[in-house]
Amino acid sequence: MSAVAAKSAMAGRAADSGRIARRFDALRAAGRGGLVTFVTAGDPDPETSRALLKALPAAGADLIEIGMPFTDPMADGPAIQASSLRALKAGMTLTRTLALVRDFRADDGETPIILMGYYNPIDTYGVDRFLSDAKAAGVDGLIVVDLPPEEDEELCLPALAAGINFIRLATPTTDDRRLPAVLANTSGFLYYVSIAGITGTRSASEVDLQSAVERLRRHTDLPLAIGFGIKTAAQAAAVAAIADAAVVGSAFVSRIAENLDSEDRARPGLVDGVLQLVSDLATGVRGAKK
Amino acid sequence: MSKVNTYRAGPDEHGHFGTFGGRFVAETLMPLILEVERAYDAAKQDPTFAAELAYYLKHYVGRPSPLYFAERLTHHFGGAKIYFKREELNHTGAHKINNCMGQIVLAKRMGKTRIIAETGAGQHGVATATVCALFDLPCTVYMGETDIARQAPNVFRMKLLGAEVVPVKSGTRTLKDAMNEALRDWVANVDSTFYIIGTAAGPHPYPAMVRDFQSVIGDEVREQILEAEGRLPDSLVACIGGGSNAIGLFHPFLDESEIAMYGVEAAGHGLETDKHAASLTGGRPGVLHGNRTYLLQDADGQIQDAHSISAGLDYPGIGPEHAWLHDIGRITYVSATDQEALEAFQLCARLEGIIPALEPSHALVQVAKMAGDLPKDHLIVMNMSGRGDKDIFTVADQLGTKL
Repeated sequence: MSAVAAKSAMAGRAADSGRIARRFDALRAAGRGGLVTFVTAGDPDPETSRALLKALPAAGADLIEIGMPFTDPMADGPAIQASSLRALKAGMTLTRTLALVRDFRADDGETPIILMGYYNPIDTYGVDRFLSDAKAAGVDGLIVVDLPPEEDEELCLPALAAGINFIRLATPTTDDRRLPAVLANTSGFLYYVSIAGITGTRSASEVDLQSAVERLRRHTDLPLAIGFGIKTAAQAAAVAAIADAAVVGSAFVSRIAENLDSEDRARPGLVDGVLQLVSDLATGVRGAKK
Repeated sequence: MSKVNTYRAGPDEHGHFGTFGGRFVAETLMPLILEVERAYDAAKQDPTFAAELAYYLKHYVGRPSPLYFAERLTHHFGGAKIYFKREELNHTGAHKINNCMGQIVLAKRMGKTRIIAETGAGQHGVATATVCALFDLPCTVYMGETDIARQAPNVFRMKLLGAEVVPVKSGTRTLKDAMNEALRDWVANVDSTFYIIGTAAGPHPYPAMVRDFQSVIGDEVREQILEAEGRLPDSLVACIGGGSNAIGLFHPFLDESEIAMYGVEAAGHGLETDKHAASLTGGRPGVLHGNRTYLLQDADGQIQDAHSISAGLDYPGIGPEHAWLHDIGRITYVSATDQEALEAFQLCARLEGIIPALEPSHALVQVAKMAGDLPKDHLIVMNMSGRGDKDIFTVADQLGTKL
């Protein structure tokens, strides 16, 4: 990025919570990559979801993404679609998602929380009110799938002005000509979606990832997290070896789905089952050689 | 603010019609959306594109479609003179093919080798499968399971034409979910695939592009009504789901301020119930499927199910240009219930020998409401956007007849 572009991109930013930057600094100091875990708020019900979130850091989650449920998750595969619908059926709303974050923050002041989802529920809630409530609840960053740089004025710029990181997705289709635009107002970290596709389906090869990371590093000093299609400890370790963090979502959400009864209610052991998988993946990530 | 001196200049370079429209899509799709926009802008400047499209519209689709004086309905209502723009006489039986032909010629220019589409009633799916057969491109059509059950003949037609019909089991299993699934397919197959969106909605440039391809309807009406009556019409009426047949009729006339325009949404069981598809009269602005527009949604911004007896109007959104034209008041948006549409459907069959689709039957409800009170020299042009063969099972069921 040119100095001028960097300066203009920095304009209108308020100090953020610093949690995301501190966490990536700590990971770097420890010489390892991080594990970013995704679960949908309120899946399969608000109480189970609350218990799960609170236990994620101890199981090895370095950063936490919380999905804001939406009826029409266009960029998500079947696993996350189903989790979103389960949460909505259990009565989840954006207001309740923010309450979940507040609750988490009461016990954990440092694990970064990133809300991920689609724009319409935020638009309905009201951008200014959402940003101020999210900030107060302890949200550190936002990933809003259907807001490309072309729509930065909707939420990205107001979020930066409110001191909340706006984390952008870069994809294999984001070419060198487009990357500067994608990076201009990205903060916190860059989330590289390793395949052209929806969540939880295909995986990228290590060779593809290596060259993608090299390409992205030429454009930015932001921490780099890689996701989409990571299901096993070995895959997570391979990603953590070359990037700053591995993002895992569908695998956890599928583990939730495996622990439901025929009415989509949590069976005993659901939380432990998911935490076991988090722990396995965290072990993989922590054992990876940088 | 500068004075509006044309209603036809939109959208701006970001795809906005006032505050509506835009490009609300995942990053994976953005480069592709921009590529479609560049390709379409280039095609518009290229006379060979226009010539190729004109050739197929004339010789394959059968354009121009007639503008027909509906004499018996005119006498029946006893007021305004009613004309039908006979889009139901197009090949495949609806206006949908105008747009499909435009988009597939563009897809070929772009070197795309695979076509995907979403469909509700199946008319857009059939039109897409048809042009794919014609141009020898593999075609995948996403269709909600609910719609597959109520539109079996169109599913069979698509398969006969060589298309793969993929049942969509997510969400409410109707048109909106079919569109989600088509977008998911597109994200996963960006290099090879062109997405032929069926209505004047979605991310920029689709709303403008679909409108342009459908504007052949209004352009022909202008010539035909001048020939028949020596002057322009006084009122235009069309039904609205996403709004492509309506914008195609209305757009060429938007700057003729003396022409009144009525867009008719589906009121289902009634606007006072939760079973309707009237996004403008019963929804509020939000963001879905790549654009900001009026949507049926709950207090949390979750998208609600639309309902209409007509599968083609059963969508919880509307094209962004209509949302803008609604807000600035250029077009009057009204609605018609399932029951009213059923009555208009039967009336048209008996009086004109035309079995209309349930979609334009909604437009005919509005014509019926206004024609009797208007003077005999008032000219109404209604878009007969599709034929009703596909709907006879639904109608028979509603009338208690077993086929």
